[in-house]
Amino acid sequence: MINITTPLTEDVRKSLKAGDEVLLTGTILTARDAAHKRLCDTLNKGKALPLNLKDAVIYYCGPTPARPGRPIGSCGPTTSSRMDLFTPALISLGLGGMIGKGDRSDEVTKAIKKHRCVYFLATGGIGALLSTKVRSSKVILYNDLGPEAIHKLEVKDFPLLVGIDSKGNNIYGKAGRKKE
Amino acid sequence: MREINASKIREAVTELCLRANFELRQDVLRALRSALKKETGGRARNILKSIIENAQLAKKKRIAICQDTGLVSIFLEIGNDVAIKGDLEEALHGGVEDAYKKGHLRKSVVDDSLMRKNTNTNTPCIIHVDIVKGDRLKVTVSPKGFGSENKSAIKMLRPTAPASEVTDFILEVVKNAGADACPPLILGIGMGGTFDHAALLSKKALLRSIETRNTKKHFRMLEKDLLKAVNSLKIGPMGLGGKTTVLGVNIEEFPTHIAGLPVAVSVSCHATRSAEKVL
Repeated sequence: MINITTPLTEDVRKSLKAGDEVLLTGTILTARDAAHKRLCDTLNKGKALPLNLKDAVIYYCGPTPARPGRPIGSCGPTTSSRMDLFTPALISLGLGGMIGKGDRSDEVTKAIKKHRCVYFLATGGIGALLSTKVRSSKVILYNDLGPEAIHKLEVKDFPLLVGIDSKGNNIYGKAGRKKE
Repeated sequence: MREINASKIREAVTELCLRANFELRQDVLRALRSALKKETGGRARNILKSIIENAQLAKKKRIAICQDTGLVSIFLEIGNDVAIKGDLEEALHGGVEDAYKKGHLRKSVVDDSLMRKNTNTNTPCIIHVDIVKGDRLKVTVSPKGFGSENKSAIKMLRPTAPASEVTDFILEVVKNAGADACPPLILGIGMGGTFDHAALLSKKALLRSIETRNTKKHFRMLEKDLLKAVNSLKIGPMGLGGKTTVLGVNIEEFPTHIAGLPVAVSVSCHATRSAEKVL
């Protein structure tokens, strides 16, 4: 088990290998479909993003609302491949890592290699358990998107596997690959 | 005629949505435990252990099993001798809305497939009604996540296609789903009827306990063969390899046309949720 903290610097990223078990502590940002579309629409208009992605970690997650007295509700990963179209643009801005579930496209893998980024896997469908690793949660952008707003999460020992490392090595064996 | 007040139906829908989202089905939980006994690989075992631990925590703390608390489908079996007093449709949507508010469940429904504004109530829900004999009303709710729903598929096979073509199609669907649909999966398969009816049957197949087999022998055999064939893909828990790619395969079938053989596959994740109640 490897303990890592944010910001996810290039040195840390380069030290991780596909298949490594990792516990992540620090700040991560949730963003899923609608937030990705909005971020990339902003870039396409030639404008700067309203948040700094350098060495940041994006978590593909739309949590359930918190019960009173708890920082967050259920908060597992969503399917990463739906973000594939938007991801290379964000990686080119210095994004350090992404957390989701499932395999990524060749374009994303190429961008990961080029910018020495890392793609992590979290186990899907265990959002209640993962909520115990979250210390705080706050919406910082796109509040109107509801569950799809960008939340800033403070996590402690968030359990992950390295899915695609900075060299482009992929954890999925032949069976897990979507494309034959 | 037996009268049932719509307000009772609304309360039942709320109760069922909460139960389905907090308490993993016992048949699914038993299948996960038995899968854990069979798996030898460390990764597969760790994932299955986490899934089981998650189910226990969700139930105890009343936190959703999965953050994707789904788009809710409601299946009603209304007895011929039942008279519903009040607005049934409002009771169904209202019951869902109450549950998602009260249970702190995620509101995952947008008002329009292109405009995509969140309705903030997790409604509307999808309603299916069957008329049956008797004076009872059975309500079943199925909040289904879209990670797996996105991988569902339908194919109109030739009427002369052998069962092996059905198997090939289903294997292709499971391979395409890969890790995305949160394996180990549960497959609901609808065969026969029309394009739409096969899809509905595939959904209904997910409501049946995965410990109960089809009543017809040849479909029962196909269920068993499919379970074996899919597990031999070795996709494993979360697509990271292992013996357990599916926990269960349920087929529901219906007569069909001389020219066709519709086959629909509802792909469902390891957190397949549903709950039912008879009023």
